[in-house]
Amino acid sequence: MKYVIIGNSVAACGCIEAIRKVDAQNPIVVISDEKYRVYSRPLISYYLGGKVDESKMYIRDEDYYEKNKVETKLGKKAVAVDFKNKEVILDDGEKVKYDKLLIATGGKPFIPPTKGFELKNVFTFIKFDDVKAIDEAIKNGAKKAVVIGAGLSGLKAAEALIKRNLDVTVVELANRILGSILDLEASKIVQDELEKHGIVFKLETSVDEIIGDGKVEKVKLKNGEVLDADIVVFAIGVVPNIDFLKGTELKINRGIVVNNKMETNIEDVYAAGDCAEGYDFVFEQQRVIPIWPNAYNQGETAGYNMAGVEKTFDRGFPMNSIGFFDVHMITAGIVVPTSSDIEVLVKHDKEKNTYRKIYLKNGRVVGFMFINSIDRAGMITNMIKEGFNVESIKHRLLEEDFGYLDLPKEIRQEKILGGAKA
Amino acid sequence: MAKKIFPKEDVCVGCHLCEVYCVYAHSKYKKPNAKAHELVKLYIKHKDSKPTPRILVEEKSGTWTTFALQCRHCDDAPCTKACITGAMKRLEDGRIVCDEEKCVGCWSCIMACPHGAVRRGENKKAASKCDLCLELGEPACVKNCPNEALEIKEV
Repeated sequence: MKYVIIGNSVAACGCIEAIRKVDAQNPIVVISDEKYRVYSRPLISYYLGGKVDESKMYIRDEDYYEKNKVETKLGKKAVAVDFKNKEVILDDGEKVKYDKLLIATGGKPFIPPTKGFELKNVFTFIKFDDVKAIDEAIKNGAKKAVVIGAGLSGLKAAEALIKRNLDVTVVELANRILGSILDLEASKIVQDELEKHGIVFKLETSVDEIIGDGKVEKVKLKNGEVLDADIVVFAIGVVPNIDFLKGTELKINRGIVVNNKMETNIEDVYAAGDCAEGYDFVFEQQRVIPIWPNAYNQGETAGYNMAGVEKTFDRGFPMNSIGFFDVHMITAGIVVPTSSDIEVLVKHDKEKNTYRKIYLKNGRVVGFMFINSIDRAGMITNMIKEGFNVESIKHRLLEEDFGYLDLPKEIRQEKILGGAKA
Repeated sequence: MAKKIFPKEDVCVGCHLCEVYCVYAHSKYKKPNAKAHELVKLYIKHKDSKPTPRILVEEKSGTWTTFALQCRHCDDAPCTKACITGAMKRLEDGRIVCDEEKCVGCWSCIMACPHGAVRRGENKKAASKCDLCLELGEPACVKNCPNEALEIKEV
């Protein structure tokens, strides 16, 4: 038995760790086009902002592969998979045989066709090498930055660039920032805070053209405005990194379609993480959920099944914890109501600048947004996951001191003691 | 076998001494051989921010119910899976601990912990959680609870 994983991020970790819980011996091979050992892509903005150095980018110890008996092929790109002969073909022509394959190639930046994209100092914001290149441009004197996209990664890029003393303008097509995790009211709270720190927003417009002579000089927006820029950072979003698998018999919709065992339509081939399209428990449909814990859980589930231990993961849904300067927010599930049968609970304390909003459907939490009031938020995340009926305690959910005391004794004890036994 | 602490709410008096002893056990001002009740001499006020206990005493006005909740050291620890830095991890002895040097305070662990047992530590810089004080032989909260409302057991 030989396990092969294409990709080397957190889904791969989940897979390796699950396999090694049940199979100590059989070889595992990890293939990645990046030369680094497993690092955290969410930390690239912290690296750029100077909060973490290179040594803290790695999410597992240096001897991780050795300890887990993993052979790595780093800096080598998988260019094709021959599903019939069960082998992965690398860019240097090497063929890697597998018995069980996990595809965990993650996401790649979504870039709309843009004139001037090829100019020097135009960057994407996904990989470690992206921020190393941006860092270099700043060291070479870049002063003005334009960030395209006001989502999670765009704003983390903007925050890091402000910390590096650049002038930062963020351009966003939607009418609000963080549209994937916040509603309009919540996004205004966060935008106010970011503006206080000097970030300038241009909403409801997008980039028309990047102008420069070899190197970025200006960005022309669709609304006609022209901004000076030394660097441009594209952070519009990610799409599954699966181009090399298109046109094969592998079933692909937006991502590689998987069931709740992370199996694809091809026997012995699994997929996990940002390249996979699995079941979203809250939205009740197949979706790509490009978030970190989901990637780990999917990778872990794939690993167990690849090693012959049947496990399912059917509780995936979006959840995010993120902070900008001193504003922290945790959101999960539905953030903008999608149907009229959703009940809304909301508490906005303007003095304390806290915001808690919860959506209920049939007495169960289906989504929430907490800003500056995040302690114990995992209890609510878990209630979504469990489908816990909160009808009798719903108004306590908005309180900062919501806790186990709000639950009936027998349920509380079962959760606390059951948690200990779990 | 992993060790876990079990709170007994029927006998918890809500005195918060577990919090005091927890702070003491993790205080950098702690002197070897000093007794826990000397905490007042060992903690230098105003030098740092207020110390955060790694234990959470739940109580609400109008109720007589109180109990102290710590990290459950779950076998299927969701905090370790959500952690973006690798700071939150399981040690070989089964404990879940946070490497506070590595933690960047993204609070993904708070988002993931079903018990709400991970706290934001001093200055809200890094996650702070129960490590079972195994280096001390026995958790400080269990050892010093005046009414034996906390118990450590192997499960």
